[in-house]
Amino acid sequence: MSHDLPTYIGFEEYSEHVPASIPSAVQQATNRFVRGRAARVAELPNWEELRQMGSDLRLHTIENMDVYLTRLEEKVTAAGGHVHWAETAEDANRIVLQIAKEHEVKTVVKSKSMATEEIELNRALEEAGVQAIETDLGEYIIQLAGTGPSHIIVPAVHLKKEEVAALFSEKLDIHAPTDPTELARIAREILREKFLNAEMGISGGNFLIAETGTLVLVTNEGNGRMCATMPDIHVAVVGIDKVIPDWESLTVFLKLLARSATGQKLSTYTQFITGPRREEGEFGPKEFHLVLLDNGRSKVLKDPVGREVFKCIRCGACANVCPVYKNVGGFAYGSFISGPIGAILSPQMLGTQIARELPYASTLCGACAEVCPVKIPIPTILRHLRRRVAEGDEFAESTLSAPLHVTAELTSFALAQNWLYRFGTRLLPTLMSIFQRGRWIPRAPYPINRWTKVRPLPSFTAGFRAWWNKVRSVNRKDSAR
Amino acid sequence: MLKAQLFITCLGDQFYTSTLQNMTWLLESLGVDVIFPPEQTCCGQPLFNNGFEEKTRPVARNFLHVFGKSDAPIVAPSGSCVSMVKHHYPSLFKPGTLEHSLAMDISSRIYEFTEYLVNVLHVTDVGAVYPHKVTYHATCHYLREMGLKKESKMLLNEVKGLEFLPLDDEETCCGFGGAFSITFPEVSRSMMENKVNHILASGADTVVMCEPGCLMNIAGGLQKAGSNIRAMHIIDLLASRENVS
Repeated sequence: MSHDLPTYIGFEEYSEHVPASIPSAVQQATNRFVRGRAARVAELPNWEELRQMGSDLRLHTIENMDVYLTRLEEKVTAAGGHVHWAETAEDANRIVLQIAKEHEVKTVVKSKSMATEEIELNRALEEAGVQAIETDLGEYIIQLAGTGPSHIIVPAVHLKKEEVAALFSEKLDIHAPTDPTELARIAREILREKFLNAEMGISGGNFLIAETGTLVLVTNEGNGRMCATMPDIHVAVVGIDKVIPDWESLTVFLKLLARSATGQKLSTYTQFITGPRREEGEFGPKEFHLVLLDNGRSKVLKDPVGREVFKCIRCGACANVCPVYKNVGGFAYGSFISGPIGAILSPQMLGTQIARELPYASTLCGACAEVCPVKIPIPTILRHLRRRVAEGDEFAESTLSAPLHVTAELTSFALAQNWLYRFGTRLLPTLMSIFQRGRWIPRAPYPINRWTKVRPLPSFTAGFRAWWNKVRSVNRKDSAR
Repeated sequence: MLKAQLFITCLGDQFYTSTLQNMTWLLESLGVDVIFPPEQTCCGQPLFNNGFEEKTRPVARNFLHVFGKSDAPIVAPSGSCVSMVKHHYPSLFKPGTLEHSLAMDISSRIYEFTEYLVNVLHVTDVGAVYPHKVTYHATCHYLREMGLKKESKMLLNEVKGLEFLPLDDEETCCGFGGAFSITFPEVSRSMMENKVNHILASGADTVVMCEPGCLMNIAGGLQKAGSNIRAMHIIDLLASRENVS
């Protein structure tokens, strides 16, 4: 049940070697989601109002999380469920294994869950001799491939159908065709048998309704329903940030979620689970366990700027529009969660030593914040975390190298002294003129070579000040163009 | 008489002499008395966006001091630099201090060039003639931080002879991102190449935008691709007249 944190997330290193197939696969899928989202959003005249409501509700919940979690625990318990508090990933894995051990569980079926990816539950189960089978098609594919997810809602988005067929052929020892429908049928047949034999089902949770202690699962393939109802035991591993006040607020989030995620009005399945079955003959598992995962969330909640990351309802819309994500794919972010939301979550959860590059992995173009259904100010949080990396704040010390500190210090000094700046403005064109070829500088010395390796630099003209002094200030009224 | 202070931005200062001359000339032709405070440097965004808030403050102080001497509006050829001053300067200083009130004052009277023309001077026809096929790249901070969604197109719409062609993914970042372009050069390259490919496919012979940084990136990308398409600042297009090719 080991849970190894990454020791360093090298975004730049990865970005230099992105497999060529990834951007095209990712762009094909995300462009479809972007178009779908735009069409569904256009149908709702009160979309902006809904986003504001969603944002306000999430912020309110974050600020009163203790109240809602207490209520949630009461209600789940009253409904006959068991609530477990997991302070760390290890705790969560240990709790799940304990439940499995008590019931002599050999096989577990899982529906898609970011929380179990976060704690690497599958590995813990495997190490304990329990077979865990992912039943969401995308998760099933990446489980066969032995990787983590590369997108919040489409874990295998980086793979093309030909690659999936090759994977199926290799791992399942069959001759798999490239037709997606056929591939889904093959997976379905295999999984159907697993559903029938598994003693335990594990899910995540999209929302936890404090009002009634209800777990909400939003899925498209029906596998979530099978996992939560067929085996005798259902364990849901859910981050504490998923709690919402009541059913009324759920209506807002359900309107926002599927439209933002897949461009659907509503996902195919929306499932409400309040405790286990109460009477023999009733549908559902005999036992219901809710593992509430902290794993560093309480710590992040203390930061009034950074904690807005927990407004997230995991729709993936930010990644779908992010030009950085679309060109590097999800693995560049080195964690279970990728894209802009990963770039603001991982540095807070894993720390700005391990994930110090991620806040910089953005052009601050703002496309993410524009589509976020709960209005997370992603560029603001990116800047906030960049500041933590560069200068340190009350939550962490600076993790930037000494040479960069010196560079910033000198830049600040030069830009604040206008005489020095003006001197530089006159000096640079002369210095750079030796590298100039026509109107362009095709190659420049370090660090500008990192620019010119991609495209030439325009030549330094820097003539406005001299022109103004000569032409404009001498005889402004007469001067022609 | 209308007065405006020119903020030429550090990239304009270094690379875009003729754009700044055209900006001066256009403003004067619209009856604006143009002031150029020579003690200006940079807005400090390169420091601020990389997390150096403390080190941005002295740069911001210089800006506030230089442009605070006159109460004339400030006009700049960059949505990004204007957004830095307008939206982020007030956050750098403690409310209640003199510096904060000066930052608030400057914030309320700094304008991006097209914004100043369309929303302050209420001018959309500047008499430009540019008989070419033109496409437009919506730069990120101009579009999203400044919220300037229509101003540039209103101006282009009045240019004589101009045929406007739409650009696929017009609002997608070109990959410049300031220091991003040298921190992650390969990601910047992929984004730039996507943008350049859309420009090549647009059928235009000119692409315009309202941002020196993005212009450097896109013009360089087109040059690298061996294309003859001209990448221009919108100011240079608006300064075109019949006798100018």
